[in-house]
This record gives sequence, C-alpha cells and structure tokens, in this order.
Amino acid sequence: MLHDFLDRHSRLESPIHRLPAHLKMAAALACVIGTILIPAAHAWGFAAVAAALCLITAISRIPPAFLIRRLLLLEPFVLGVAVLALFGPGGWRMFLLLAVRCTICLLAMLLLANTTPFSEILRVLRRGRVPSLLVTTLALMYRYLFVFIEEAERMRTARLSRTFTPTRARQWHLLATVAGQLFVRASERAEHIYAAMCARGWR
Amino acid sequence: MHIPDGFLDAKTALSAGAIALGGLGFALHRAGRTLPPRRIPLMGLSASFIFAAQMLNFPVGVGTSGHLMGGVLAAVLLGPSPAVVVMAAVLIVQCLMFSDGGITALGANVFNMAIVGAVGGYAVYRAVCRFIPGLRGQLVGAAFGAWCSTVLASVCCAGELAMSGTAKASIVLPAMVHIHMVIGVGEALITALVLAAIARTRPELLSGFEAPIAAAPENEQANPIAGRPAFGMSFLIYGLLISLGLAIFVSPLASSAPDGLEKVAELIGFEHAAAENPVLASPIPDYEMPGFSSAALATAVAGAAGTVVVFFLALLLARILTPKASSV
Repeated sequence: MLHDFLDRHSRLESPIHRLPAHLKMAAALACVIGTILIPAAHAWGFAAVAAALCLITAISRIPPAFLIRRLLLLEPFVLGVAVLALFGPGGWRMFLLLAVRCTICLLAMLLLANTTPFSEILRVLRRGRVPSLLVTTLALMYRYLFVFIEEAERMRTARLSRTFTPTRARQWHLLATVAGQLFVRASERAEHIYAAMCARGWR
Repeated sequence: MHIPDGFLDAKTALSAGAIALGGLGFALHRAGRTLPPRRIPLMGLSASFIFAAQMLNFPVGVGTSGHLMGGVLAAVLLGPSPAVVVMAAVLIVQCLMFSDGGITALGANVFNMAIVGAVGGYAVYRAVCRFIPGLRGQLVGAAFGAWCSTVLASVCCAGELAMSGTAKASIVLPAMVHIHMVIGVGEALITALVLAAIARTRPELLSGFEAPIAAAPENEQANPIAGRPAFGMSFLIYGLLISLGLAIFVSPLASSAPDGLEKVAELIGFEHAAAENPVLASPIPDYEMPGFSSAALATAVAGAAGTVVVFFLALLLARILTPKASSV
C-alpha cells in the first residue's frame, strides 16, 4: 500500500501539530498576505518571516530534506513566471523580489499542509459554513485520491509486467485508455458508494 | 498555469476572487438543484479521477511530457455546473495539500481553470455538437473546446499577471498564449482520446448526458442526468461572469491596439478636431504602450490562424477515432 505517501507528515506528533487547525490556517493565510505586502525596500522583513518559518519547521519535526525536496519540485513553476518579469520595468530586482516572496509563501503553505491533516481542514471549512456540496466533494475526493492513484499505478504495473514496449503514438492511446478506464471505474464505484451511504442512513 | 502566491496584487486577487466566488456559488446552487442525490458521490470521485488523470504523464519527446488539465473532459462527462465544482475541488486540494497554486491566487486560478477552462470549452463543445451529430461531433467539439478553453484561460492568466504589474503585457501575453496554443493541442488530443476510450467501453456514460432518451431503455434511474438540462440559463450567468472577467483582466490589453472608432475618425479627418481640444489629458498618449500594439496584433493573428488549423485537426482526429459504421 502506498497509502499515505501524499500527506505523510501531517500526522506527526509535535506542539505545532497539536495546535487547532483553524489557528494554523489563519496563521498561514496571514503569513502569506503579510509576505506579499512587505515592500521591496524592507528586505529584513522577508528574512524575519523566513526565520520564523524555519523555527516552526524545527519545532514541528518535519524532516527539512522533505520540505526542501517539495520546494525544489514547485520552484520551476515559480521561476518560469518570474523570468517574464526580467523583461519588465523592474528587471533583476523584480525577479528577485518575486522569487523570494513566492518561495516564502510556498514554505508557509507547505508547513500548513504538513502539520494539519486534511480532514481537520475540512472540519474547519464545514464549520465555516462552506456549502456542504463542496465540502462533501472535497472529502470524497481526498478519501479516494489514494485509491485512484494506486489503481493507476496497478494498471501501469500490469502493463509493464506483460513486457509491453509501445511506440510514442501507441503510448498516448494507451494512457488515454487508462484514464478512460479510471473514469469508468469512478462512476461504478460512485454507484456502490451511494448505495452504501444510503444503507447507513445518509440524508 | 497555476498562479503561485505573490504574483497577483490585491486588486487583481480580490476582483478575480469575487468573480470566482460568484461562479462557484452559482455552480454549487445549480448542481445542488439539478443533480439527483445518487450523482453526488460521483462529484467527489470525478475530482479524484481528474487529479489522478493529471498525474499521467504523456511523453512529448526531448525529455518533456505533458499532462491533462481536464476542465472540458469533466464538463463533457458531468455537465457544466458539476464540472466547475469538481475542477474547483481539484484546485482547492492542490492548493491546500500540495501548495500548487497560491491561496491568495485561488480565486484567479478557479476563474481561469475551473470557470473559463470548463464552461468556456463546454460552450464550444455544445455549439459543435449542434452541427455535427453523434460521437464524431462530440469528439470534434471536445477536442476543439479543450484547445479553445486552454488558450482562453492562458489569456486570462496573462491579463491577471499584467494587471498586477508582475510582467509587462507586451511580454507576458504573447509568451503565455503561444505556449498554450501548443499545450492546448496536447489537451485537445488527450481529451478526445480519453472520451473515445470511454465511448468504446461504456458508451452510455457519454450518451447518457448527450441523448438521454435514446440511451437509457431500462429506466431513468440508470441514466445519470434525466433529460438534457437546459444550458440556456446557466450559459447566460456563466457568460456574464466570463465576459466580466475578460472585461476586467483582458480588455486593458486589447485597448492599447488602435480601436475601430479611432480608425474611422482618422479616415474622415475627425482626428484633428479631437486632438486640438482634448477633454482629458491621457496619461498614456493614444493608449499606446511602446511596442505593444504590434505584439497584440501578432498574437491575435496567430490566435486566429491557430483556431482554424486546430478545428480542422479536431475534425481529422474525430474521423480517425470514430469507429466506422460498417465495422461495428
């Protein structure tokens, strides 16, 4: 089972993990908005926020290597857009500002995701009067994400074990078939889930 | 196309957030009213499906690979309003669990990818389906709609970035649009291939939405959405929201090209009269940003040419993918 590879660290045991979810969500949002609002002239502001986030990382016992890997994974998208700023009026300074800002915001959001189980976030959303259809969709999506990724992985293994070496055109066709099959299974599974929900007195 | 935190300024983030909130609210209301309860689990599972399908890497060559975005695919499979909810759910999970796309840019991302990406493409799909019947029409419409929605979403994204002052419009618009005209071809291809694959194994999942009366002989319980839901009313609301977004984010880009009225004024010599007594001194003379109008024009021309080419490619693709009548 690959079961918890997506949010492995959100269930660690630490003072940060024990904080109530709504507090952490508000703090992360405040941190992001604050970082965006710091003017370019006050570079020490960025340093202060980054230092605070590093301190939180240390307390939360999330392996720093994991966070750095995730950051590096997301960084290309940030830099890709930031590069466009190089040609703008701000030039290098604007590029640097955007890159630093985005990296700090990313770190804040990564910390939130890895210190708060998604089910807790959903509970906060439900209490915050977010429409129930959206929360139900999010909850089901989270629950079955693991199943689907595993199912796609299983189909891949099955294909590989049959020593299948397709050409590129064939591979597109094949991947599309996998995606189509995933949807077919999703709709079948949805029927079962609905029956199970009704059997347990839903609505 | 996920905009991270820090690229949008307050006015852009807030206005995009307001439009996205309106669109998502309407989609939730609409889906809640029209969806039978038994379809509700499918919304969550479709969101996981779109997420898992986005993780499949389609090899493009030279070491790169592309992946599906899935807005139009979701809209064709589920209908426009559920698709908006599903795509928004995908974006929310990507933002909160994987930090892919910023929390302050969530509104802009939902507008670009869930509302424009799904409903914009779906409108194209419905229009094509009206002219070309059957599965072939569905495939042409979905492929062409997927391309159009990808490009339109990238135009909105570029507009938001330019409005925030992150990058100059003359740079960001051509860069984004040209890249996404290529990416859109991949999106169109994948969307059509996936739909064709579904049509091969479970055709009723497609026709259940398109032609419900013919497809469900046993009872309407088996049919996901009984009766073709009227798209007119939703289309009006989504159309209004999307044009509002375009007016706010994109029209500042377009207005720097000389507009029709100016052209006419120039022709009849009215221009001099206007120039002699200006009512308001314009901050940018003649709305002209240096070097921009030609870039906008070039982008527009390239966009128009691309649209025609892609439409014919979509026709060709659908011809290849539809099984011949004799072989069935």
